[in-house]
Order: sequence, then structure tokens, then C-alpha cells
Amino acid sequence: MTATTASDLSSVTSSDAALRAFLHGLPGVDQVGAEQRAAMLGTRSIKTTAKAWAIDLAIRMVDLTTLEGADTPGKVRALCAKARRPDPADPTCPPVAAICVYPAMVPVATEALAGSGIHTASVATAFPSGQAPLEIKLADTKAAVAAGADEIDMVINRGAFLAGRYLEVFEEIAAVKQACGPAHLKVILETGELSTYDNVRRASWIGMLAGGDFIKTSTGKVPVAATLPVTLVMLEAVRDFRDLTGRQVGVKPAGGIRTTKDAIKYLVLVNETAGDDWLDPDWFRFGASTLLNDLLMQRTKLTTGVYAGPDYFTLD
Amino acid sequence: MSDARVAVRKTYKLFIGGKFPRSESGRSYIAQDANVALASRKDVRDAVVAARAAVKGWSGATAYNRGQILYRVAEMLEGRRDQFIGLGLPTAEVDEAIDRWVWYAGWSDKISQVYGGANPVAGPYFNLSSPEPTGVVGLVTPPSFLGLVSVIAPAIVTGNTVVALAAHDAPLAAVTLAEVLATSDLPGGVVNILTGDPAETAPWLAAHMDVNAIDLAGVTDQTLATSLEEAAAGNLKRVIRPSASTPSWSDDPGLTRMTAFLETKTVWHPKGI
Repeated sequence: MTATTASDLSSVTSSDAALRAFLHGLPGVDQVGAEQRAAMLGTRSIKTTAKAWAIDLAIRMVDLTTLEGADTPGKVRALCAKARRPDPADPTCPPVAAICVYPAMVPVATEALAGSGIHTASVATAFPSGQAPLEIKLADTKAAVAAGADEIDMVINRGAFLAGRYLEVFEEIAAVKQACGPAHLKVILETGELSTYDNVRRASWIGMLAGGDFIKTSTGKVPVAATLPVTLVMLEAVRDFRDLTGRQVGVKPAGGIRTTKDAIKYLVLVNETAGDDWLDPDWFRFGASTLLNDLLMQRTKLTTGVYAGPDYFTLD
Repeated sequence: MSDARVAVRKTYKLFIGGKFPRSESGRSYIAQDANVALASRKDVRDAVVAARAAVKGWSGATAYNRGQILYRVAEMLEGRRDQFIGLGLPTAEVDEAIDRWVWYAGWSDKISQVYGGANPVAGPYFNLSSPEPTGVVGLVTPPSFLGLVSVIAPAIVTGNTVVALAAHDAPLAAVTLAEVLATSDLPGGVVNILTGDPAETAPWLAAHMDVNAIDLAGVTDQTLATSLEEAAAGNLKRVIRPSASTPSWSDDPGLTRMTAFLETKTVWHPKGI
């Protein structure tokens, strides 16, 4: 870290120039080193009881997601039923963390999840492109919160970010945070469109400085979604941010995480980078849909001793 | 410098999803004077995943197309005839195995006429039954090459995909067959061949919930056969028990090995409207 102190941080967002100076003053990411470290941590062997523990934790961290134009109330209700009891055959299987839907489906999800303790997350701010006027983004956010969402997944303005208008990105996030009220705010960086790890680090800091409760990798709508090295950079950012300010921010990789093996690699990365404070559904989430079935199949394999097949789990 | 050339020796590897990986366990053993991969339960798991992924394309291909590809396999077998004989197999057995493959290839577009058709019903409907493949079939193959061909060919000709466990002491013919299959337009994953100890891997295959049927032709230990059959009951797999006496693979194979791995689909279609 640079020699920035917590008191300096209040001034870095005072002007575009100050914010740019701060963000460009962050230490650069060693690309080869980050990729090598992520790959190395991915080779850890997690077996038997540790694996069972990791699988249950990963299930509790899943934001079960459906973000399709073809979503219907029936499909969302079915997904909510799955969120409550992921494996109907096994009552010891924990529920997932949240359901993640489009704003129009929030009332359906809130009603179906009532009393379960499972959060309702809604994407907002002209997801997935974020290319809409600010008033529309704020209205989108307020509507989702009013409909019952207690977590909002917003997209940052990548157009402004890549053009170097960092303060605009910051102010937009801060305004959306304001519009969220009591709801948690997850800031989607869309790392697949940010080109470099340095940009990922800068965007992470903007998201945290602006008040985001979570920083999230991707919308899942562009070809390159969550990767281990990107998540590593983001985990380093939340770790440094807590060291500096005392405020803990969560991380949510989303998109492209489909297997239990992948999920466990992420958990190892969390433990080794940010520390075990983050090994909790309040501080680390997986944005996924197909991942859950693979976790359930692996869980079934561990409890029954025979390989499970997809015929015995729901098609989502 | 001596003129004697040092021969390049082959490592016999597994055949999974159209590729030749080593065992994920890194193990190997010596059989028939060669280094052969010793498959683990995780190789079984990977092979089932590959076989499952291949079901849609292979069962969805037209019977005519499957027949063409299987004929192509026979052509490739013919071309490598000397290689099989070089493994120590009797010439007559190799020829018989090639002929057996051609015979099964011919059945691909005929089995539905023999085992399907129009059913007479008392109503204004067409009622049609057609045989469909059951899905992924596990095979514990016998040590003879003719026996190997006689369990793989009938399973795949109807559109199933297979995970075949080669005999522990005679794996070379199976791996050589895999090399033939890999160069025959057969889509990857339709046939997966694992060498090693079936006594170690077969229980995982028999209990696997994503395998639809299992042929125990190569199991000689009756106690093992029974325990495999019990494991297979977990998801109601179809099971072909091994014959009590040593089977003669030269006999007329009949149609049972093909029809055992078929499901009958019957549709009612209104007529006259």
C-alpha cells in the first residue's frame, strides 16, 4: 500500500484530479504474479471432511441467479423453492444466501422467500450495460427496493470509467447507494470489460470509497466473466481497504463458476488473500445458477458414496 | 556405434472423450510386457461425463450415419489387421472380430424395423413403437478380442455410448481398438476405454447414478458379479449377467446384446382429421 492514511481518503474524492491521482497512485498489479499465485492456490487439494465443509459453505454463499428475458413468475417461484431446500432429499442441506432476479420479478421472489431468511437481490441501474441516464438508474434502484429487494446489484458506468471520468463513476455509485436506503449495495465492475488488472483494482477502490457493501466481478452477460486472478485482485483491495478504514467490504465473483472444484478454488483464494473473516455468506458470495447442482451432486457423492447423476436434480 | 536400432516403446494410455490421457492417478502397471495405465475411480467418473456428453449427438445421428461410421471402423480394423495379429492374437480371431463388427454395423438401420413398428389399436389412431437407446452403458469386457468387439459393437450400434473396462491381464487389444476408433470418424466420448483392474473400478461404474445399464460379460468372479448387480440396482440399471460357463464368442451372437440396451417408445397419433 501507499502511505495513504484514513484521513487522506476523505479528500481523495474531493475532485476528479484528486481521485485520479489517488487511483493512479495505487500500486500496479503484477499480472504474471497474480495469475501464477491464483493458479498455484488452485492446486490445493481439499478432501473428505474439509471438502464437505467447503461444499456446505459454498451452498450457503450461492446467490441463485436467473437473469433472462424469458423469466416468468413460475420459474422464479421454482427457483425460490430450490433456494429454500436445495436438496429436498436431504434436510441437512443448508439454504442458499439469496435469489438474484430482475426488478420486475422482485415481488414474486420476496413473497416466495418470506420467512426463510434468504435475501432477495435485484439487479438495477439499467443492467447489464448501465448505459442509461442517471435518473433512470436511480428510479430503477428505488423501484427494486420498494418492491422488496434487500440487496441491489448495480453496474458501474464503464463508459465513464474507461474514458477516465472517475469522479462521475464515484458519484453515480454514491447516488445509487443513497437510493438504496437500507438495502445492501453490490457494485458490479464488469471486469471482462476493464481490460487490465490495474483497472480492476482502481474500479474496486472507487466502488468501496463510494460506499458499496460488496464488489462483484461481472454481470455474466459478457464472454469473460469471473476469473481467479481478477478475484484475487479484488480480494486484495477489500483487505487493504479494511486495513485502512476499518470497514469490511464483501466480494462476489459471478459468471462462469460451474463446478464444485472451481468454487473450492475460490474459497482457498479467499482464505489465503483476505483471510477467514471473509469465509462467510455475509462477506463472500457466488453469483451462479448451474453451480448449485454440481455442489449438490458432489455433496450427494460424499454422503452416499456413489457418483450422482444430473437426472436426480432439477433443471433450472 | 552399433547398427541396432532402439525400438520406440509405446505407453498404452486410456481413451476418454476421444483423447488418450494418462490415468489421473498417475498409476500404471505392466501387462503383456507393456506399460499400461491403471485407471482410478476418477477416470471412471471422467469417462462417464464424456460418455454422457456424447449421448445427444450419437443417439441423434441418423441410423444410416451411425452405420456408415461403424463400417468405417471396420475398414480401419482391416487396415490394422497385422497390428492386432502382432499383439499375439490368433489370425482367425482377428478376422472374426472384424466380420462381427461389420455384422453389427449392418444392424444400425434395421433394428428399428425388427423391434419397432405399427401396433394395431381399436381407435382412430396410428400407434407406433420405436426402439430408443437407453443412454450410457458400462461394460466389463472379456479378455478375448472377439469378446471385446462383441460387447462394444452391439451397445453403440443402437445409439448408446459406452464406458468399457478392459480386462486386467489383456488390455493391449482394447487400447489398440481405441486407436482404431479415434481415427474412424466416431465422435469423441461414444466409446471410452479404461485399462486397469475392473475389480477396483467396476463397483464405481456399477453404482454410478448417471449410468443407465451395465454389461458384466467379463466378470468371472460370481461374488463380484452379484455385488455389482446389487450396486447397479441403486438406479435400476439394466444388467446383463455374465454367463456361468466360459462363453464361446464365436457362436451366433443373436440380438440380445443389442435389444438389452433399448427402450421402447410408443406414440399415439390421431388419424383422419
